[in-house]
Amino acid sequence: MNVFLDFEKPVAELEGKIKELRHVAHGGALNIGDEVARLEARVEQVLRQTYAKLTPWQKMQVARHPDRPHFLDYVGHLLTDFTPLSGDRSYGDDAALLGGIGRFRGRSVVVIGHEKGKGTDGRVKHNFGMAHPEGYRKAIRLMEMADQFGLPVLTFVDTPGAYPGVGAEERGQAEAIARSIETCLGLDVPLIATIVGEGGSGGAIALATGDRVLMFEHAVYSVISPEGCASILWRNPAKARDAADALKLTAMDLMELKVIDVVVSEPLGGAHRHPDRAIELLGNAIDEVLSDVLAESVETRRQRRRDKYLAIGRLT
Amino acid sequence: MNWLTNFVRPKIGSLVRKRESRENLWTKCPSCGQIIFHRDLAKNQSVCPNCDHHLRIGPNDRFANLFDDGAHERIALPEVPTDPLRFRDTKRYADRLKENRSKTGDDEAVIVAHGNIVGQPAVIAAQNFAFMAGSMGLAAGEALITAAREAVDRNAALIVIAAAGGARMQEGILSLMQMPRTVVAVDMVREARLPYVVVLTDPTTGGVTASYAMLGDIAIAEPGALIGFAGPRVIEDTIREQLPEGFQRAEYLLAHGMIDMVVHRHKLRETLGRILSLLMKRTTTDNIPRAATS
Repeated sequence: MNVFLDFEKPVAELEGKIKELRHVAHGGALNIGDEVARLEARVEQVLRQTYAKLTPWQKMQVARHPDRPHFLDYVGHLLTDFTPLSGDRSYGDDAALLGGIGRFRGRSVVVIGHEKGKGTDGRVKHNFGMAHPEGYRKAIRLMEMADQFGLPVLTFVDTPGAYPGVGAEERGQAEAIARSIETCLGLDVPLIATIVGEGGSGGAIALATGDRVLMFEHAVYSVISPEGCASILWRNPAKARDAADALKLTAMDLMELKVIDVVVSEPLGGAHRHPDRAIELLGNAIDEVLSDVLAESVETRRQRRRDKYLAIGRLT
Repeated sequence: MNWLTNFVRPKIGSLVRKRESRENLWTKCPSCGQIIFHRDLAKNQSVCPNCDHHLRIGPNDRFANLFDDGAHERIALPEVPTDPLRFRDTKRYADRLKENRSKTGDDEAVIVAHGNIVGQPAVIAAQNFAFMAGSMGLAAGEALITAAREAVDRNAALIVIAAAGGARMQEGILSLMQMPRTVVAVDMVREARLPYVVVLTDPTTGGVTASYAMLGDIAIAEPGALIGFAGPRVIEDTIREQLPEGFQRAEYLLAHGMIDMVVHRHKLRETLGRILSLLMKRTTTDNIPRAATS
């Protein structure tokens, strides 16, 4: 059962017709080939038109689409010998932030990312991708291990934000995020970060302070969710669309602001329509930048990483 | 520049503010409701003489309280792009900036100065909650980076007086980028093996807490200060439960191992002086350079 977003309604209708035709034709000897081909061409045309001019608010919906690939899909397809690793060694394991070691196109790597989970049970189990301090401390532990063994770090960012709760505060959510950023900045090994879905604020930057930051075409990355921004600045959560426009949270905007380095194209109709193809495209993009960063000396790499952040937003 | 920032600007400020001050002779303590005469409040470093509540104060008061004899020099801060996103909510960000500039007499929320604290050379970056809730945008990030560089150049400690609601939403993703940028600043001071001490004041939340404010070698908080990542209302809305007594207050953080100490404002200067002299292996009376180690 496909999930269609509001603005995908014309596509849903066309695809419904195709399905119906096929169903009817299944019984008789009706020749539907031409009609189906015509409808399929129409679907493609509608998708092309719709996805070429998505508004920031629509991108927000695409980025949060339940069928969009998540961390476990990426590592499942991109890595061989993936070995998940658990725990922060001081409090617990966080199901919202996963990590492990594996082989990416022949190279041993450490992978870390937010997992939002699939289905209601999955989403609850993974806390909707909202990590607790133990998640960020696990990330720190894995990054330190990456440095120890000289393994590049690949991160996959997809979170509404770090979890706002009593336990999270008591165990030092802010400190855990701050240390995670510090660890990213101090790594000798390359860190390639990708905003694959929702890049939500501090919970995102904790894993996204990298040598290169990639971002999917329809992903979003922002200091605050449009809903949160609307309720604070407009004092009206219904103004989320306006906030999404004002925040400049799309990949194109962030490329212009030099906050990200690469925009990774998604298959027509978004990553949720063709997850395998999307994952493959991302794999290629990561492979390319990783080779560049691996070619740098450790000293150059660390200095460049720092300078890259220092340069953001400066008057030129 | 010093003449401009230290003499001319306060003068202009006092001219502008004079009219208001007549109405502001009395302050009501937000905690106990006591009405306090402004001179008594100033004499007491803006701590309520009745209930000991620490009222919010700005960078000028901080510098006066913490530097020896209040003597300090402001450090000029680099210019940053104004309103890079041309942001507009119910009001234009550019207009909000103008209002806050005339309200506070300062260009931005973080002010940097250097001087001595009980004889120890220090650079203080003080955040002004009165300026757009102390929020961290390009200017605050640049101020922290400048402060860190100054500390390294002067072989001085870096003290940050944190007070902020978080990142400045009106600068969008660029305000989020101040998190890694300020962490780079902290690391510059760390690598020079100079002390980095954070004083968390009421309130310190959001992206500010989740970057430079929680990375101090030593973390000090003022009594009763609200300190956290998420704001209490956000947490209440998420968990739909009442929050525990004293939640996210300085004393609560101390009990949970998140900070080193809670220090009364009257003891802050002395405490900082002692910590700096110990960490920098200097005596408290003379300003002796560190012995060369080889």
